[in-house]
Amino acid sequence: MLTLQILANGLVLGGLYACIAAGFSLVWGVLNVINMLHGSLIIFAGYLTYFAWANVQIHPLVSLLAVTGLMFLFGYVLQYLLINRVVKRPVLTTLTLTFGLDMMLYNFMNVVFEATPRRVTLNWGSVSLGDIVLPMDRLVAMALAFTLTGVLYAVMRASKAGRAIVAVRMDSDAAALMGIRIPRVYAMTFGIGAGMAGACGVLFAVAFPVTTNVSGLLLGKAFVVCVIGGLGSVPGALLGGLALGLIESFGGHWFGPQNAITLGFVLMLLLLMVRPTGLLGIKGYE
Amino acid sequence: MNKSIAAFIVVAAGIALTPWVADNYYVKLATFVAMYGALALSWNFIGGYTGYPSFATAAFIGLGSYAGALFQNAGVPLILAWLLAGVVTAAFAAVLGFAILRVKGHYFAVGSISVVEVLRLIASSWSGLTGGGDGLNVKILQGGADYAGRVFLFAMLAVMIATFAVTVWVERSRFGFGLKAIKQNEDAANMVGVNVSAYKIGAFTLSAVFCGITGAVYASWIAYIAPVDAFSILTTLKVPVMALLGGEGTIFGPVLGALVFVILEESIWARFLEANQAILGLTIVVLIFFLPGGLLRIDYRRIGRRLGMGRSGATGGAGGTAGTAGTSATSATSTGGTGGTGSNKDGRDA
Repeated sequence: MLTLQILANGLVLGGLYACIAAGFSLVWGVLNVINMLHGSLIIFAGYLTYFAWANVQIHPLVSLLAVTGLMFLFGYVLQYLLINRVVKRPVLTTLTLTFGLDMMLYNFMNVVFEATPRRVTLNWGSVSLGDIVLPMDRLVAMALAFTLTGVLYAVMRASKAGRAIVAVRMDSDAAALMGIRIPRVYAMTFGIGAGMAGACGVLFAVAFPVTTNVSGLLLGKAFVVCVIGGLGSVPGALLGGLALGLIESFGGHWFGPQNAITLGFVLMLLLLMVRPTGLLGIKGYE
Repeated sequence: MNKSIAAFIVVAAGIALTPWVADNYYVKLATFVAMYGALALSWNFIGGYTGYPSFATAAFIGLGSYAGALFQNAGVPLILAWLLAGVVTAAFAAVLGFAILRVKGHYFAVGSISVVEVLRLIASSWSGLTGGGDGLNVKILQGGADYAGRVFLFAMLAVMIATFAVTVWVERSRFGFGLKAIKQNEDAANMVGVNVSAYKIGAFTLSAVFCGITGAVYASWIAYIAPVDAFSILTTLKVPVMALLGGEGTIFGPVLGALVFVILEESIWARFLEANQAILGLTIVVLIFFLPGGLLRIDYRRIGRRLGMGRSGATGGAGGTAGTAGTSATSATSTGGTGGTGSNKDGRDA
């Protein structure tokens, strides 16, 4: 029965990880930019949600849409004005740039919000199914995480913007010849990545305490999930996220919780050696 | 090349003279310049010459500082402990390089950052050996603050000089030529007979060994190490930024970058403690947009001419040309320090 509980915990974590990594993976896959801001964007959105809830009594599920939209705009503008200028340069440049931007946002949050952990407490109680007990807020967060990942998949498959992004990912030169405006698609992609980060931040604030200290940790999760699942595909992020959630959940049980994170990283490094394209291999957003 | 060496000698002599001309505060600053100089020169082997975006610097520093501290606490003499720490770090880098140098670009960058995280987590949880999150105390050097300050100043300086000497050798050797070939086109280099994987592992190991020694010296200097400081993500970024600031892939650039960085950090950022990181971030953004080739690749003569012309009100087109020249210099791999040597003098004044 303990096994079932661990499995359930792993799935809850996995859902959130998949959601965290989906946007990161999209940006990495399409723009070839490792977005070091991703963790801080999640935390920033988490703080926005918390303050909207604590100060103006806006329910997190209501602010989900607004925060996502806001983060999308932020990402769009950031990419359009700043990152687009160096997007073709080597990874050293783009990674260092986003790292620099991350330091600014991180510092800003530390000063303005302070690092005190804050959490939206909804008092929804918990659900028990047989011997498995899960807090309701985490369950809702997981369900929403899966839904959002599904929505992203649908957007990529069906919408015009999504098809343009996939086309740019496949062959940006050919896409440009077909009349796609590459800088806008890049900005759109980064915006979607930031928007996904924003949505994750809202879910995160509902299920876990928000503090700036975990932004690096969340970024690390995105790395691991991307390498496990492969880049630039929603199914890859989903598979990688679930895999990491289960690995951490079971690994934490067997080797102690402090070693669970190490286990994920070590597996990632091993996977980099033998199969750097991820378990699903390189595929587009089809 | 010779101008770069001359410039380096001036910097090294300046560092060596500080105890006689300035107080302990400046001795500490000079020690930091030598330390970061050694680290940036080390990073240059893999990041500058070979073109692999390594962010593993902090992993090597941390490993070296823990190894050095443990050797020293086990009774190994100071200098021997430092050298042994270098050996341990080099061995680790060789094995690690064998594993992660198979992947390039983004994957390599992510893999190398993760190594820092993994080592930090291990250092935190293996409390039996490392003291865990409480950290590890290292024996304090006897003989008073003045004496200790000088010992560590000259130790760091010696590491920096050794790293520089190896850099000069790499620059002139067949090995360095092979690394530059790998940077330009790895497949082509492989095709014409460069033993690509051995060269890459060699560069990665070289980039680790002096970081390890620096870390060990640093641990003895501060006399206390903890996982968060030893394996700091911030350091792992700062060091490449210094190399970029001076000019990566040149022999004097990393030293110049470290010098300018430390001066900036002490004179400006230290005054704004709360916004320290944000200012560093802003500096990085400015560096990437306005100084893409680093200080050494700026054509100072052209800027001087432009300023002169600007005053007399002549054509303003030269500005755009200067900007593009800087950008194209980054993508074209400069052969040796020649790109930078012409402007060294001005660079040091900056």
